[in-house]
Amino acid sequence: MKIYLPLDSAAVALGADEIAHAIGVHARSKGVALDLVRNGSRGMVFLEPMAEVETPAGRMAFGPLTPADVPALFGDLAAHPKALGLIDDLPWMKAQTRLTFARCGVIDPLSIDDYRAQGGFVGLKRALAMSKAEIVAEVTNSGLRGRGGAGFPTGIKWKTVSEAEADRKYIVCNADEGDSATFADRMLMEGDPLTLIEGMVIAGLATGATKGFVYIRSEYPIAIDVMQKAVVLARDEGVLGASVLGSAHAFDMEIRVGAGAYVCGEETSLLNSLEGKRGVVRAKPPLPALQGFMGKPTVVNNVISLASVPVIFEKGAEHYKTFGLGRSRGTIPLQIAGNVKHGGLYEIAFGLSLGEIVDKIAGGTASGRPVKAVQVGGPLGAYFPRALFDTPFGYEEFAGKDGLIGHAGLTVFDDTADMLKQARFAMEFCAIESCGKCTPCRLGAVRGTETIDRIARGDAAAIPLLTDLCNTMKAGSLCALGGFTPYPVMSALSHFPDDFNAMKEAAE
Amino acid sequence: MLDSADIATRVEEILNVHKGMEGALLPILHAVQADFGFVPPEALPIIAKDLNISKAEAHGVMSFYHDFREKPAGRHVLKLCRAEACQAMGGDRVAAHAQKALGVDWHETTADGAVTLDPIFCLGLCACGPAAMLDGKLIGRIDEARIDAIIGDIK
Ligand SMILES: Cc1cc2nc3c(=O)[nH]c(=O)nc-3n(C[C@H](O)[C@H](O)[C@H](O)COP(=O)(O)O)c2cc1C
Ligand code: SF4
Ligand code: FES
Ligand code: FES
Repeated sequence: MKIYLPLDSAAVALGADEIAHAIGVHARSKGVALDLVRNGSRGMVFLEPMAEVETPAGRMAFGPLTPADVPALFGDLAAHPKALGLIDDLPWMKAQTRLTFARCGVIDPLSIDDYRAQGGFVGLKRALAMSKAEIVAEVTNSGLRGRGGAGFPTGIKWKTVSEAEADRKYIVCNADEGDSATFADRMLMEGDPLTLIEGMVIAGLATGATKGFVYIRSEYPIAIDVMQKAVVLARDEGVLGASVLGSAHAFDMEIRVGAGAYVCGEETSLLNSLEGKRGVVRAKPPLPALQGFMGKPTVVNNVISLASVPVIFEKGAEHYKTFGLGRSRGTIPLQIAGNVKHGGLYEIAFGLSLGEIVDKIAGGTASGRPVKAVQVGGPLGAYFPRALFDTPFGYEEFAGKDGLIGHAGLTVFDDTADMLKQARFAMEFCAIESCGKCTPCRLGAVRGTETIDRIARGDAAAIPLLTDLCNTMKAGSLCALGGFTPYPVMSALSHFPDDFNAMKEAAE
Repeated sequence: MLDSADIATRVEEILNVHKGMEGALLPILHAVQADFGFVPPEALPIIAKDLNISKAEAHGVMSFYHDFREKPAGRHVLKLCRAEACQAMGGDRVAAHAQKALGVDWHETTADGAVTLDPIFCLGLCACGPAAMLDGKLIGRIDEARIDAIIGDIK
């Protein structure tokens, strides 16, 4: 009997290890030969822990499971109280366009055979037959833009590194994923780590880099463990090492662990951290593409940017590009979080409206109360009111509404949320996580929390001060931590003025 | 208790494992903390000398990162997520309950040394918040009752 049960952090946090234990005990007591595969998550966090049982008709899903539901997995499956049906028929799965996450949840993350059987290394083999310039052109043609937040065209970044002259070059994968509401990097590393490795090897071929690092935040122990094992597997398989798949190209990589600093997700801070220094942001120029890790040309890309590369080579840039909207090409793994009925990861072409995502896919709030606000793009992203729910999900479209898509995390809040409190938290977070280099960020954020406290106490004169302070932070910050903290603050203030209105508070 | 000689021996072992590594300081500090539960003050000069940096620089790096402890933590470490997606699910309320039940503020350890309460900003469990980590174990949808049960178990 073959059963799949995720090793994914969210599944484990909801009890997957206890379910796995119960499945093992029960199979032994019934004398059933058990093949238990710990896979990645399909992304339906609201159904985790979710097991899949292989049947002649396909994989049948069951969840959310408690240990009490385990014995019935060994009986009449159709009658199981938690039976969800065939996994491929579930509406959540069917409506997605899974390109980057095609294998996540499907395969054993640490089985090279599974990986190959599902299209693994097809892209890499195609890239091995191409010149550096052709590989770069393929990425450029795909329209892929950085999924870490800034949306910079990946092909252009690679071209700069590719054409730089140096004795050594590096590929650095940014797996710091510090934004609240984001977990796509984590899910991919836990569920399909070889895809990230394959993408990094292709980046190495494109640029002439021979060494890679994955900088994973320390808050992700399972992702760190799976990635470390995957690197060993890839080395044994000859995908990493002195001769990539028997070619004349060398590429190897190391997994590094962050140490709990949000700002280390910023690429230059991350490079300092990798070099063993304080994670202070560097002024640009020089660009990391020219002087990055140890002063050498370096590609710094987000996990999802790099993990989208194999499918671009497997299916072709033209195919990838057909998905999307305007200048946002391809697919985006939406991460639906906070107070939602159906939370999780949903990969789809750019272009859905915010309202479709929140009302249809997420199914509204978990509490059943009306949605008040959605923060899009993590702690530096704006709070959107329902009035802006027609905004299509794309880089330019969100920028046009004074927001950003960032790493595509969405946090839904119901009507009990106090937007003044959310604005204060944004300032507090900036103050805690500031690298300390710029005064408007380091001190401005502290001043910001004090100013918001004054507003909360009924001092309406502090409102223009807050606006001024935000303008100073925007103009005078070196990086987006200080520079974008005004987004959540100002959006809260402008879209939810009642929450900043002390008169109303006093009248209540 | 560890004496300085023990610490020196173990730090030297860790340094040997990291010889030749590019940018080895963070991996070394992680390894030291994994061994001792914190970074003992005696360890820093040894590390600094090995990496050919000043003691002040080594200390500056260590103190920049939230993860590294200069003092031992309690016997158990409870980390509660304070970030937005967990706030949307009542994380602040659960955190306030934990602080009250333990009688500590953030970053503090209970008087009996049993529990250190730390804030954490996102565990990537944002679709099943509020999230927590107890001695490295992940917990989703934590609530007041679960906090009480945890405290009951470890006290
Ligand atoms: C404060 C701050 C935090 C950031 N955190 C991350 C992060 O966790 N992951 C990430 O990929 N990019 C993060 N970025 C963006 C990176 O600086 C950089 O743009 C990105 O890694 C480039 O990769 P991409 O082009 O593939 O997106 C952050 C930026 C700032 C200013
Ligand atoms: S804006 Fe803040 S975090 Fe960014 S470089 Fe300046 S001080 Fe550092
Ligand atoms: S201190 Fe530099 S902009 Fe205000
Ligand atoms: S916001 Fe709490 S786990 Fe992500």
